[in-house]
Amino acid sequence: MGKKNKKFEWTRKHLLGLRDLTAEEIGFILDTAEGFEQVSTRSIKKAPTLRGRVVVNLFFEDSTRTRVSFGLAANRLSADVIDFSKTSSSVSKGETLLDTARNLEAMGIDIVVIRHCAGGAPKLLSKNINASVINAGDGFNEHPTQALLDVYTIRKERGSLKGLKIGIAGDIAHSRVARSDIWAMTKLGAEVTLIGPPTLMPGKVEELPVKVCYKLDDVIEELDVINMLRIQFERMGKAQFPSVREYSHFFGLTVERMKRAKDDIIVMHPGPINRGLEIESQVADGANSVILKQVSNGLAVRMAVLFLVNQAAMKRQKK
Amino acid sequence: MKEILSAEQIEKALSDLVNRIALDIDPNTEVAVIGIRSRGEILAQRLVKKLSEKLKREIELGVLDITLYRDDINDPQGETQPTVRSTEIEFDISDKLIILVDDVLYTGRSTRSALDALMDLGRPKAIRLAVLVDRGHRELPIQADYVSCRVDIPEALKVSVHLTETDDVDRVTVK
Amino acid sequence: MKNDPDNKLLIKSGRLIDPVNGIDKVADVLVVGETVAKIGLVNEECENVIDAAGKIVMPGMIDIHVHFREPGNEEEETILSGSNAAVAGGFTSVVLMPNTNPTIDDQTSVEYAHRMARQARKTFIYVMGAITKGREGNQLAEMGLMADAGAVGFTDDGAGVQSASMMLIALKYAGMLDTVVSQHCQDNSLGSGGVMNAGYNSSVLGLPGIDPLAEEMMLWRDVQLVKKTKTRYHAQHISTAGSVKIIKEAKEMGLPVTCEVAPHHLLFTDDSISDYDTNYKVNPPVRTAEDIDALKQAVADGIVDALATDHAPHLKSEKDLEFLSAPFGIASLECALSLYIKALIEPGVIGWSELIRLMSAGPAGVIGVDKGRLNEGAMADITIVDPDAEYTIDVNSFKSKSTNCPYHGWKVKGKVQQTIVAGEIRYSV
Repeated sequence: MGKKNKKFEWTRKHLLGLRDLTAEEIGFILDTAEGFEQVSTRSIKKAPTLRGRVVVNLFFEDSTRTRVSFGLAANRLSADVIDFSKTSSSVSKGETLLDTARNLEAMGIDIVVIRHCAGGAPKLLSKNINASVINAGDGFNEHPTQALLDVYTIRKERGSLKGLKIGIAGDIAHSRVARSDIWAMTKLGAEVTLIGPPTLMPGKVEELPVKVCYKLDDVIEELDVINMLRIQFERMGKAQFPSVREYSHFFGLTVERMKRAKDDIIVMHPGPINRGLEIESQVADGANSVILKQVSNGLAVRMAVLFLVNQAAMKRQKK
Repeated sequence: MKEILSAEQIEKALSDLVNRIALDIDPNTEVAVIGIRSRGEILAQRLVKKLSEKLKREIELGVLDITLYRDDINDPQGETQPTVRSTEIEFDISDKLIILVDDVLYTGRSTRSALDALMDLGRPKAIRLAVLVDRGHRELPIQADYVSCRVDIPEALKVSVHLTETDDVDRVTVK
Repeated sequence: MKNDPDNKLLIKSGRLIDPVNGIDKVADVLVVGETVAKIGLVNEECENVIDAAGKIVMPGMIDIHVHFREPGNEEEETILSGSNAAVAGGFTSVVLMPNTNPTIDDQTSVEYAHRMARQARKTFIYVMGAITKGREGNQLAEMGLMADAGAVGFTDDGAGVQSASMMLIALKYAGMLDTVVSQHCQDNSLGSGGVMNAGYNSSVLGLPGIDPLAEEMMLWRDVQLVKKTKTRYHAQHISTAGSVKIIKEAKEMGLPVTCEVAPHHLLFTDDSISDYDTNYKVNPPVRTAEDIDALKQAVADGIVDALATDHAPHLKSEKDLEFLSAPFGIASLECALSLYIKALIEPGVIGWSELIRLMSAGPAGVIGVDKGRLNEGAMADITIVDPDAEYTIDVNSFKSKSTNCPYHGWKVKGKVQQTIVAGEIRYSV
């Protein structure tokens, strides 16, 4: 695998999204991630790779998994990690995003991992500061490392994504995971079907490189992979679907539905799970579920991303 | 470009290397061979085959990727971008005698990285370094235990090891 | 200096275009005091002479949609800086929108704006007052008193009047004052929270969209109300093909409905936002190529009454926010004429005469002001333009205090040479 990418040079100082990446670039991140997997499995779970680098976790939105995963990934590569959480609404007055970032930068940081409720916030940072910027989720735009760990997990299970039929079920309109997944999976040759009620589909969905299906039952039999997105309860208030019960009835991944799926269907979920709502416990914990593997793989993928953006930044410095 | 080792000479050098290593191995010691990516990996494959035959026992083989341990990784002056690949060592290295294999010993920096990488995997009984070519110009206080060929050439020259598995031919050249 | 016969200005040999009087010929214009004294061949000796050979001499341009941010946000723009920008852009009259802080919703605020305008002494400044107090849509503002103070129309610009009954009351009341009610059409139940056109790009970027229907539903509703009240109604910055259709039908029914367009709706599609560049964030949002085509066709067909700017200055630090949080608005007062040349004349949508009409007599008609022509005896508001002069738009040369201008760096044609307001040269290159 390494051999085929021998001449490839990673040049991106930032990872803002997967929409602009080529299949080759995505493949290269996944290849690189493989090299990092063993760091987490051996007796001393640490490598000196990013010693002396400073990584800031700049989180403007609640997150446990992603923040811990990035923190651990950076720690395992011996970087110094600073947590800077500031959960407040984007419209609130006070210090602007750029001012916050510039202040942090003045203290000498190398990589900013940013989570923000406004789409495009990482892009804004990348245009205005010198540090590398990694998008850890921005609004409804992208969550590139989540999608990378998704495709990494699928690739590990199946060797390749080419020709696989992948379903993404749930609130697509308000999901950055779905958007990043769509870009990554289609670029790697999978056929993606979005599953959910029309009220949770993005506008002009027909112009996206995907199929759309309003009934999970219509496609469950043909899917190789199903990624169940988390139900956002706040959507219910806006009446984009009537009730949790009705949602589960049509779009929940139940034991009953699983009987009709392929025996080796891969069941994924970006977490946190609403047990019994979008996915039944037996399915989430069942033999087809790779939900915890996704979490483990997330570490390797994030280590790879930290490593690569740092490499590209170094190279630019040289120039 | 000048050839300093031909295919036959490489073959002979490896056999010779194996003989010397075998002499030093106590029959009760567990031994494993670990090659440094990428050419050390191929040499280690060849070496472990010969060594197994010689000692008449199965000897484990591992591959070490040292990219994460390189000291030029955060150095803007570092030359080409290194590619991270997997370390494949499926056994516990603790309490084993490890024969670490590389193609060329030069500055000693790769060996330093490899030693650090190995130490993070466990606590071997001992590590011995075996190389095909020692071309001198060390920058760190590191010496090999087994050397097939020593060449005394100016620092500006480059030693290239070609092996059939990746380069279609076995030979060592100086340019 | 009022009509001081000693104050004479002779504009020699320009191409005089006055669409109202059907003039398009090379002629001299003699200004005496603040009025046009003579048109034709003028042999009189004159101390002040502008050689306008090769230039276009036209009635002073009027922009019926600008935001000068005073009072409240003087860091972004003041009536003085905005006035300087206006004359640099060739505008002899502008109409201020009332979304200042505090809102222009009473007599005093209108008078304040007029006073600052007199002090600036650059361009004529007219004011539209708010329809409702604080532009909150709940209670009618003192429209009558504001009209007495000189307000030329009413709008809650920045927001549409959401309640149909409130709008009906406003139209009825405005009818008594013989004034115009101007609407920023956006039904918030469809468009609220949106930051760009609802479409493929908003879906991909994950940004909340403003559905074209949000504009069209309110516009359609208002037209129904105008049917009932017959009050003069003006739709501000229409942005969709659907709106064009509604306006066209209203005009065919003979209703007193007018509309304006803004340059960005003729020049950008929502593809420009693919990089989250907040300089393209504007409300109504830039739409699609089909909408641009429909708007240009509407201009060609005479459905559009005025070419405005919606000049909306903002600081760089405000635009340097997340796309969701950055304010709406584009500053374009100083390059508006060139933008319209690019959007309408260069592709052959309309010619110079029609362009000039839509930037002078057209907007004057919307606000009911007798301006926009250059016959003898008319107020000497004159813009002189070199139609072929090419230049690069540079925000750093703006007189406006703000630089939120996505046209920065564009190569355009049509440079304003002189702006003459009430017989005085208030701007000269």
